[in-house]
Amino acid sequence: MNSILKVEGLTKHFPGNKHSLFGKRDVVQAVDGLTFEVEKGEAIALVGESGCGKSTTGRLITRLLEPTAGTITFEGRDITHLSNAEMRPIRADLQIIFQDPYASLNPRHTVGTIVASPFRIGGVTPEGGAKKRVQELLEIVGLNPEHYNRYPHEFSGGQRQRIGIARALALRPKLIVADEPVSALDVSIQAQVINLLKDLQKQFDIAFVFIAHDLAVVRHFAQRVAVMYLGNIVEIADRDTLYSNPKHPYTKALLSAVPEVDPDAIGSRERIRLTGDVPNPINPPSGCRFRTRCWKAQDICASNPPELLHIGSTQVACHFPE
Amino acid sequence: MSSFLEVKNLSVSFPTEDGVVRAVDDMSFSLEKGKTLGIVGESGSGKSVTSLAILGLHKGSSAEVSGQILIDGQDINAIPETEVRLLRGKLMSMIFQDALAALHPYYTVGNQIAEAYLVHNKISKAEAKKRAIEMLDRVGIPEPQKRVDDYPHQFSGGMRQRAMIAMALSCNPSLLIADEPTTALDVTVQAQIIDLLRDLQKEFNTAIILITHDLGVVSETADDILLMYAGKAIEYGTVRDVLQKPQHPYGWGLLTSIPRLTGDPNKSLAAIPGTPPSLISVPGGCAFHPRCSYVSKVGEACSSSIPGLLPVTSGAHHLVRCHLDTAAREEIFRSQVAPNL
Repeated sequence: MNSILKVEGLTKHFPGNKHSLFGKRDVVQAVDGLTFEVEKGEAIALVGESGCGKSTTGRLITRLLEPTAGTITFEGRDITHLSNAEMRPIRADLQIIFQDPYASLNPRHTVGTIVASPFRIGGVTPEGGAKKRVQELLEIVGLNPEHYNRYPHEFSGGQRQRIGIARALALRPKLIVADEPVSALDVSIQAQVINLLKDLQKQFDIAFVFIAHDLAVVRHFAQRVAVMYLGNIVEIADRDTLYSNPKHPYTKALLSAVPEVDPDAIGSRERIRLTGDVPNPINPPSGCRFRTRCWKAQDICASNPPELLHIGSTQVACHFPE
Repeated sequence: MSSFLEVKNLSVSFPTEDGVVRAVDDMSFSLEKGKTLGIVGESGSGKSVTSLAILGLHKGSSAEVSGQILIDGQDINAIPETEVRLLRGKLMSMIFQDALAALHPYYTVGNQIAEAYLVHNKISKAEAKKRAIEMLDRVGIPEPQKRVDDYPHQFSGGMRQRAMIAMALSCNPSLLIADEPTTALDVTVQAQIIDLLRDLQKEFNTAIILITHDLGVVSETADDILLMYAGKAIEYGTVRDVLQKPQHPYGWGLLTSIPRLTGDPNKSLAAIPGTPPSLISVPGGCAFHPRCSYVSKVGEACSSSIPGLLPVTSGAHHLVRCHLDTAAREEIFRSQVAPNL
């Protein structure tokens, strides 16, 4: 068995508003019955629009949120309901990088303290001392090791994201969940950070769950892509298959909505324009959740939720796949 | 004949405790009715400050604005705030990136759309509301007569952006400035809004300035592109010129560093090294020279003198601000840039 992470039927429902004193509370179905696996050293991407549950999934995997149902198996061990104390040793292998490099670093701590915090919390003394290892880490992520004593505000957004990456690498994790790691960065800096993450993945053989909304960014990082819509996975395939031969109508629409940089290629691309917005996860459509915006929807789509089934190497949840 | 909008030598600087921030430095460009100009640059390159100057929104702040902003022959920079107020909404209008922040949470959407219309037209409130419903319908809000009484928080992100477009266009302005209008939106909604802006432009013959960092969005909407770096225009030309035959090393870097849906995904992206400069201490000479890979081909001049914004070949409308000579630039483009595009 080669999988490092196995997620089965993972579900997270958040309590919503109560409309009257004795009324029932709304339930926000953020993530509903996700099943996927991550191989050792593999980079898988979760892609989707806001509200599709991709960030919630990242937080469930890292156990920053308590799942409502389903199981999470990490390296063969069920970690679904472990306590904080029980999770602590596992966290050495399971790290997260956050989206906002301004909010995810403590402004009152020096870079040295921030990057060394996993050692302190995990009770680990790295070989040669924490300071030496931190300086090594700073060098790995392309920062000047002499900036050990500086504070986050002295760094630009891209450099801060590198600090967050150094912190995630400190305990030599086997899996990193990267939640929109480049979406807050300027275009010229995005490429630097994508290249860095890609190099690290190869160099240290780290598995990645890469959460992003930008299909072009994902294409340059992940080997396998899972497309999410309203708390469900609608399609999983390896990268080349997904981009060249999308099976789910939503995947097709998503790909065709990415703006084209080359003015000459604009006319030649198929344009699919979805109408309306993503429905409210408090009251998702019955059956297939995408049916309200789908041009292929039939009666069966409203009555039966499609299962995630194999078509060739692709897994797709649709009654009428392409 | 002069253009509908002509900006000549526009500079905007802000005195701060740490020194003078030269946010926009000597910008000149023009725009015709019915056309779109994309102003592209990274955060802090001065694109938003430029657009605020065109609306006269720096008046009454500490900013120092010099140069001319001629809209239909009238210099916005020369007339007082009270007169600019009468033009805003009617002659020129703006839509912002964050629709939730730009709409007032305490007033209904309809109220806010009608407000601008009431200011510029002598009509009753009921008629203004009718106009608001008409505009909501035009921008594709379902059931407009019902939604007109909703508050902004009852709208989704895409609908808020539509409502803001309705507000900006309620008095048929001749010039619309759209500051990152789709950045906060999901791709499928972004595509809807881009289509909507394009349709409305055709219908009303509006001149649009589109401010964005997304080269894909400009490519799909704009006629001309102005590329900014550290407060200066560094390249100016048609969409085809700038995106297919970019001439400035920064443009090369941008175009080869963005991830795309085509090309070899296993190849590393050609990232631009370093970070954009602080506007308080812009590097001497060409502001891009510390990050530029081709300084060695020019030498001293890059760090000592600021290159002019000059035609790529004599007489061309494609302008570039770079010390590299035409032959060297063509050689680099052919051998190193074009294969990566």
